[in-house]
Amino acid sequence: MKLLQTEKLTRAYGGVMAVNEVDFSAQEGLITGLIGPNGAGKTTLFNNMTGLDIPTEGKVFFDEKEITGFPSHKIARLGIARTFQNIRLFKEMSVIENVMIGRHFMTGESPHKKRLTNMFKSYFFMESEEALMLENAHKWLNFFDMDEFANEDAKNLPYGRQRELEIARALASNPKILFLDEPAAGMNPQETEHLMDTIRKIRDTGVTVVLIEHDMKLVMSICDNITVLNYGQKIAQGTPKEIKNNPLVIEAYLGKEE
Amino acid sequence: MVNFFLLILIYSGIYALMAIGQNLITGYTGMLSLCQAGFFAIGSYVTAILATSLGWSLWATLPVAALLSAMFGVLIGLPTLRLKGDYLAIATLGFGEIVRNVLNNWDSLTGGPMGIQRIPMATIFSFTINPYKKWAFLALVILIVVISYYLFERLGRSRMGRALQAIRDDEIAAASMGINVTKYKVWAFAIGASVAGIAGSLQSVFSLSVTPNSYTFMVSIMVLCMVVLGGMGNFAAVILGAFIIQLISYFPQLTGLSSVIPPQFKQILFGLILVVMMIWRPQGIIGVRSYRVGQKKSKAKGAK
Ligand SMILES: Nc1ncnc2c1ncn2[C@@H]1O[C@H](COP(=O)(O)OP(=O)(O)OP(=O)(O)O)[C@@H](O)[C@H]1O
Ligand SMILES: [Mg+2]
Repeated sequence: MKLLQTEKLTRAYGGVMAVNEVDFSAQEGLITGLIGPNGAGKTTLFNNMTGLDIPTEGKVFFDEKEITGFPSHKIARLGIARTFQNIRLFKEMSVIENVMIGRHFMTGESPHKKRLTNMFKSYFFMESEEALMLENAHKWLNFFDMDEFANEDAKNLPYGRQRELEIARALASNPKILFLDEPAAGMNPQETEHLMDTIRKIRDTGVTVVLIEHDMKLVMSICDNITVLNYGQKIAQGTPKEIKNNPLVIEAYLGKEE
Repeated sequence: MVNFFLLILIYSGIYALMAIGQNLITGYTGMLSLCQAGFFAIGSYVTAILATSLGWSLWATLPVAALLSAMFGVLIGLPTLRLKGDYLAIATLGFGEIVRNVLNNWDSLTGGPMGIQRIPMATIFSFTINPYKKWAFLALVILIVVISYYLFERLGRSRMGRALQAIRDDEIAAASMGINVTKYKVWAFAIGASVAGIAGSLQSVFSLSVTPNSYTFMVSIMVLCMVVLGGMGNFAAVILGAFIIQLISYFPQLTGLSSVIPPQFKQILFGLILVVMMIWRPQGIIGVRSYRVGQKKSKAKGAK
């Protein structure tokens, strides 16, 4: 089943068609890769699917419901989580607090009627709520083997750990789908190797993964499906093997033979 | 002399309330607002007007002052939310000045530049809190500061406090983690304004008269100084900051040098404090957030 889907999604910045009539889709339970040369529109496509940006044209569907133009916090609450190409952590907060923010919307507030009593509860009886949040946050830190850093400031973590923390924070919100924008950027080969295992593990817990990545080895080995963008347009879609042999893709990456 | 020191403590307490509110807005949420003076004025006039014309007691006017200030907080918060940093500072600064101008010119309600005199003293169980008996008034101020401190400190530790800090650190990331950024910013504005309104009420029953000139832009700058000096994001620190700034501003009188030191020295000194702190110790003199998960009791460790 297609968990997430776009229909002729277009985002123009003035005259620049950053994303141009793209039909993208992510199959539930699989890892979908999104690749393309620099400036191809990958991040823009992510932003338009996660509410950070509003498409000029086209539609976005999640779980068969249209979510085009929803604000990010609403989209997050539907079960869509993401990381950012240039890491966006809550720098002055501790590592564990960063992860606890991931659970923010699942605590305290609840739909409609009980909202006020819940607000009350989360102010006057925050200790019990917090115990649960902490437990969950530690669980995700342990998943990344970084519980020892729990009380460090996020900004003091080494670069690779910051990338992992961003993923941990996203997972803490219990997403159905996880968008990763160049998660291996700046990592050394061992770290990248480790990250690949982690992403597989995440998929095995039932989370659908969409991933932008320049590291071809990584993309080809862990993706079930790949979509290729070039100059804002989708030029190919298929299994890693199909993509590897697609002449359009080869041309986009290597340039046309003269 | 003792009386004079008590006066400084009382003003420290009144300003500490404003600083607590400013800390929620600036220290926690990262919004550089410069209009605590405006909310302070609204609170003062609410109490002054209700007490003189309707004979309400301080206790009845307090919630009205808090609520009305909060409403104005929402009013100024909503349209300025999209503004960042210096733009927000300018817009809020404008709001503070508008409030003062309205008070200056709405003669029928506010008494114009003359203000409102003969505000009745506060009473508690038929005991009159006479501002000339400074101990009693100081006790009242301390009581309210302590209650506010407790409530705000707890708010800072609650999930709302965490959400505000997340917004301060990265709005986009906060929104993509499901936090309704607009909602929380407006709340922070409203709550931060309400406590400044309460400070205003106290000011009214302390000075027993109000005039628009006590609510200048300088008040907002002083409050900001208290927060920056004490330590952003730490409610205990900003209370200390309030005390230090008050000490400094009464320094000439305290030392009997008021004939030597011109009154303008304050402005210069506050400006200097802001610059120096921002360059050398942006985390404030105390420097550690009052609360971190996992470091509940040991405050010493996080200092850098
Ligand atoms: N906010 C913006 N305003 C104007 N143009 C933009 C904006 N964001 C992106 N663009 C343009 O849109 C195009 C696509 O950018 P995008 O960041 O989506 O590419 P990308 O595929 O993620 O590239 P990279 O691999 O370098 O991250 C680029 O030409 C870029 O300059
Ligand atoms: Mg990109």
